[in-house]
Amino acid sequence: MNQLNQQPVVSASYGSAGYKWPMRLFFVVLLAVVIFFPFFEKSPSHQNFVILVLMAAQLGVAWNIIGGYAGQISLGQVAFYGLGAYTSTLLFTKFGINPWFAIPIGGLLAACISLAVGWSCFCLKGHYFAMATIAVAEIIQIVFTNWDFAGGAVGLNLPMEGGWKFLIFADKEPYYYLALGLLLLTLGVNYAIEKSYFGYYLRAIKDEPDAAQSLGVNLSLYKQIAFAISSFFTALGGSLYAHKELYIDPGSVLHTGLSIKMALVSILGGVGTLSGPVIGAAVLTFIEEGTRMLFGGSGKGTDLVIYAALIVVIAVYYPAGVVGWIRGYLSRRTAIRQMQLEGRSA
Amino acid sequence: MTSEIIIQTLASGLLIGLIYALIAIGLTLIFGVMDIVNFSHGEFLMLGMYSSFWLYAIYHLDPIYTLPLTAVLLFGVGAMVYRVVIKKIIDAPMLAQIFTTFGLMILFRGLAQFLWKPDFRTVGNSVVSGTVSLSGIQIGLPQLTAGVGAILVTLGIYLFLTKTRTGAALEATAADKEAARLMGIDSQRMFTLAWGVGAACAGVAGGLLSTFFPIFPEIGANFILTAFVVVNLGGFGSVVGALLAGILVGVIEVMGGFFLGPQYKMGIVLCLFLAVLMFRPQGLMGKV
Amino acid sequence: MTLLRVEKVSKHFGGICANEDISFELDAGQIVGLIGPNGAGKTTMFNCIAGYSHPSCGNIWLDGKEVSGLRPDQCARIGIGRTFQVARTFHSMSALENVMVGAVLGNRSIPTAREYGWQLLELVSLAKFADKPAASMTISEQRRLAVARSLAIKPRLLLMDEVMAGLNPSEVKEMVDTVKKIRNQGISCLIVEHVLEGIMPIADKIVVLDYGRKIAEGPPQVVSNDPVVIAAYLGDE
Repeated sequence: MNQLNQQPVVSASYGSAGYKWPMRLFFVVLLAVVIFFPFFEKSPSHQNFVILVLMAAQLGVAWNIIGGYAGQISLGQVAFYGLGAYTSTLLFTKFGINPWFAIPIGGLLAACISLAVGWSCFCLKGHYFAMATIAVAEIIQIVFTNWDFAGGAVGLNLPMEGGWKFLIFADKEPYYYLALGLLLLTLGVNYAIEKSYFGYYLRAIKDEPDAAQSLGVNLSLYKQIAFAISSFFTALGGSLYAHKELYIDPGSVLHTGLSIKMALVSILGGVGTLSGPVIGAAVLTFIEEGTRMLFGGSGKGTDLVIYAALIVVIAVYYPAGVVGWIRGYLSRRTAIRQMQLEGRSA
Repeated sequence: MTSEIIIQTLASGLLIGLIYALIAIGLTLIFGVMDIVNFSHGEFLMLGMYSSFWLYAIYHLDPIYTLPLTAVLLFGVGAMVYRVVIKKIIDAPMLAQIFTTFGLMILFRGLAQFLWKPDFRTVGNSVVSGTVSLSGIQIGLPQLTAGVGAILVTLGIYLFLTKTRTGAALEATAADKEAARLMGIDSQRMFTLAWGVGAACAGVAGGLLSTFFPIFPEIGANFILTAFVVVNLGGFGSVVGALLAGILVGVIEVMGGFFLGPQYKMGIVLCLFLAVLMFRPQGLMGKV
Repeated sequence: MTLLRVEKVSKHFGGICANEDISFELDAGQIVGLIGPNGAGKTTMFNCIAGYSHPSCGNIWLDGKEVSGLRPDQCARIGIGRTFQVARTFHSMSALENVMVGAVLGNRSIPTAREYGWQLLELVSLAKFADKPAASMTISEQRRLAVARSLAIKPRLLLMDEVMAGLNPSEVKEMVDTVKKIRNQGISCLIVEHVLEGIMPIADKIVVLDYGRKIAEGPPQVVSNDPVVIAAYLGDE
């Protein structure tokens, strides 16, 4: 139980600072492995598995910007995911606008809608904000389910081919690199935020909003910016999904369960950290696909039970996620080593 | 648009609203006493429905008669959930609390699916099946019984809270945990009680619903969002507020669905929710 | 030269009148103490000056510009810094990062902010905690950190809310020295304090509140001998 009240603290990396270079090396190697993976592994289903991880990670990183760093728990991000998917798909299939333009437009639209949502909801505290975001996402799902132009409950199809001009491919490999590219882009933006004054402000807003204000931080402004950025990238993720699956409907891109997953991925891995959502995505996808292969499909719900039990255990015992656990472990090792150096018994 | 149809719709709305109120009362009690939003509350409803169903299917006991049993069963479930899980996250960050109850929600649904399969079940021949005619309007007897049952239970809870010592202790803990403790009231017992009673309310609502609603593992999802709307509109922590708000939401939902189309029912309720959150977040009767 | 002017400020909350018709001034470079029994309305007054509350009536001026309707962050940018009764340090950050949050107000560059942050930490003798989590510091240290953090925005007026509460005598002395250093840098201070032996020796002027009203104002020796003030503290009629 920590004495720090509102948000789980992924304890700052000071204790584990001595491990900085080994960790960096680890990530560089990991990146190399991921980049060259499709050259070694040609099986589409294996490639697909990693693509799912990359996509889940990207959505988690996007969520993390508003949820993990700024501390505004949005459980309705699927609204922007769906908005991105639908906007780019509609612009492409009904108006003939090239996806290279349609997709960013979808992102911008999502960002604008997020401004409206934020403006009306940021004054709400804690659970109220979370519930309001759920309500917004559900309303948007109802709207799209009943909107014939957008395909209603039946959904929309995308054309089967197009290559790089329309971002539609027959193989998995191009999607792999698209997903990886989008993830790296989102991570890059997240990194830039973290290292800039904006990142400091977001963390301050999360920890102690009143104190942040006393230091000249305009709460609404910075929350809005974070929300817009987060929604923009979530929308891009939605468009990627649309182009990969070539079919979208309210059930697949506006389902509240996805909002939960976007948040869960960060919580599992570690909110407010760069690597948290990536690790969380890997673990979660592994568990989901694993339980589905072993137990699921028989309608027995065993995969759900395991998935849920995991959520509860993490939420109760490891709210700082995997990264938090690792940092805590490394901090303790550093502290023990220091004590040994100073001649005291460990 | 005859006045008869309007009264019919109003009556439907009122009756379902009373059920919403009962579900919401459980939710608001838990929040009022310990500031935790229970996202898995709909699953207590679901378990209540299954309890009624299995007692009916195996022992041929009508759900209406087994309501007390369901209530006791769900009280136990609620109390156990508190002791085993919730107790550990009382002082945890809000994110952890939200995800714990969310996880429980999925867990219960998964367990129900695992144990009882996802098939839809119904209680075919209840003692309250059929319709009744009240001054020209047709009302389903199960719905009427459910409404009456909900009022009775709500009244019971209200009397419990206002007229008994334990109820007063519960209210005291809700108002100020520390002060209540200084007066000798054991917070842990109160929290367990709140979860037990809260779950029992949802369970009884489930029992009442089982006479006319299909029963399946995901049924909680249909009601949880509405329950939140009711709790928020009534004011977090207020039982009277939950009752009034429940009726209001029920009526608005049914009338809205009638005028705009049933597929928009949930949308109307959600818009109401957002409006309340923005313009009067403390609800009708809640503490600010 | 008058820096802060509080003019006939009243603040009501529902039926309660927390501040009633309070007026006083603070000159540039002064240390002014705001004292009074519990519930006198001191923190309410702070909240009004720093933008967390708006006066129900009356006005507040900083260097001729009206600040009574501004948001807290606007007040900060205009030059009003404040600390809180509970230190409210940013627990997920190190001491240095805490100060940097304030420092980036003037200059968005992180390296510059880091350097300035070091200087401020040295000013309050907390340099050894620079990379340690803020939450691992004692209350007294966190209070000094909050002061350093507020100084980072280069305020003209610093409001300090009970910075000496609960400190032992040597900690009180450290805080008093810090306040003197702040004043020597040209920053005016308005200090709410209960620990009278801390504030009386350094204040240029004391303003006394009781039940939301101002009951005395003047140099420390005069105020401490004022029968009205003594009665208020002792509860006599």
